[in-house]
Amino acid sequence: MTPAASLQGRSIFPGQVSGEVLVSRMGISFYGGVDPETGIVTEAGHDLAGQSIAGKLLIFPTGKGSTVGSYILYRLKKNGHAPLAIINAECETITAVGCIIAEIPCLDRVDLSPFTTGQQITLDAGLGEVTIYS
Amino acid sequence: MYLTPQEQSLLNGDHGPTAQKAMQILTALGRIYGAERMIPVGSVQVSGVSYANLGEAGLDWLAEMAAGGGRVQVLTTLNPAGMDIENYKKLGISEEFAANQRRVLEAFEAMGIVTTCSCTPYLFGNLPRFGEHIAWAESSAVCYANAVLGARTNREGGPSALAAALTGVTPAYGYHLDENRQPTVHIEIEADVLNNPDFGALGKAIGDRLQAESLGKVPYMTGIHEATLENLKSFCASIATFGGVALFHIPGLTPEAGQFTPPVKVIRILQAGLDQARQALNTAAPNEVDFVSLGCPHLSLREIQRIAELLKDQQVKKEFWITTSRPVKGMADRMGYTAVIEAAGAKFATDTCCVVAPIKGRFTALATDSAKACYYAEGKNRFKTRLLDFDAVVREALQ
Repeated sequence: MTPAASLQGRSIFPGQVSGEVLVSRMGISFYGGVDPETGIVTEAGHDLAGQSIAGKLLIFPTGKGSTVGSYILYRLKKNGHAPLAIINAECETITAVGCIIAEIPCLDRVDLSPFTTGQQITLDAGLGEVTIYS
Repeated sequence: MYLTPQEQSLLNGDHGPTAQKAMQILTALGRIYGAERMIPVGSVQVSGVSYANLGEAGLDWLAEMAAGGGRVQVLTTLNPAGMDIENYKKLGISEEFAANQRRVLEAFEAMGIVTTCSCTPYLFGNLPRFGEHIAWAESSAVCYANAVLGARTNREGGPSALAAALTGVTPAYGYHLDENRQPTVHIEIEADVLNNPDFGALGKAIGDRLQAESLGKVPYMTGIHEATLENLKSFCASIATFGGVALFHIPGLTPEAGQFTPPVKVIRILQAGLDQARQALNTAAPNEVDFVSLGCPHLSLREIQRIAELLKDQQVKKEFWITTSRPVKGMADRMGYTAVIEAAGAKFATDTCCVVAPIKGRFTALATDSAKACYYAEGKNRFKTRLLDFDAVVREALQ
């Protein structure tokens, strides 16, 4: 595979991963919006409703909702249903704290427009580097 | 972001995994919100205590932090738990829930946190001075500390408050900085704001307007000339719940108001607006009320004394929970108020409250004097609500 694009962001929690992208254009509330036992998005009307975030490189603009959401990310990780990594346009406290306590690589301040669901990417969240493969 | 050698050493893991994790949280938040450095905090209030909210995941994380050798560096108090730690059976809490709730408290205790289990730490010993930097969670107490006491805190969540407690510092951004404490909008109040439900309705009226319009989150309020401690704690709970407000100024009543001139942008709250907000919190018919509660935020001793006066030689006819902190309950015990209240058939729900106890769907309609309690009764527990004056709530229990 050849790199199609490289992007630069800001590191929230370090880690290097490769995998498949799952993109949402909406905010995600982990508390009440994602089933902590399965990783399936349960929020009615959400563009990911019914899909699992487990094992994906989850890309969405920003988090929302209750601060308990941080613990849901931790619980997903313990259950083996956490996303592989998270990329935000703008990370907020709930997602940032969740990624740190669950040790999920996370970066933000990335232009999300080049991403589409199903792409293969590699990410070094410590350096803030993302590479998209076509 | 600048870190002192000591802070860098915590981040490197030289002081164990718990302190390292705490410093990772604080430095990430500092980066996100553009802090230039950390500042020492005088005290911490930690939220996320009820097992009903934490679940097994939250408990796991707290247990891991405790096992990692973490100890708090400053006075740290705790938000309400999901049950009265001594009297949970009388309140219908299961043994299974009680066992899990105790595991949560043990994890906090292992880290040196004072398990006060109250949303009003400022009533018993966690009382920051004017200008002191603190890291508090619990939105009503954050608002009270910033606005009424003139201390400085952001609206922390459970993990970020715990991280501040374990390191003794917090990133310097938001309400820690002078420029963010300036009022953003002038609220002219032309309505009678006399008692807790009035102050609660005012919090909702202002909060709803601030959520709908981009006018900033620091109101400068004129038209309020008198307020008791109890009125202010009720108002703080409401405006934090409905508006996400963490700081306000009232000339003549709050300590920083005199430094500022009224902002140019003006919102007027008239009697009709206040009545409308109050009406929106009255969703139950009078005959539907089967649950009565006072103590959101936790009751002061003065309020418990008033309940005892009203319940003397009476019998309540409805489930009536009196929610307060263990230290204030101790004073009520000594003064004989507890005995009078319990003889009337009302129940103390100490250490907990109607917002965090696992009581979803147990009742049809709640009568309370608290706008915040109405919000959570409706949204979280699926109860209808009646927002009444303090004395009227007690009379409701007697009917």
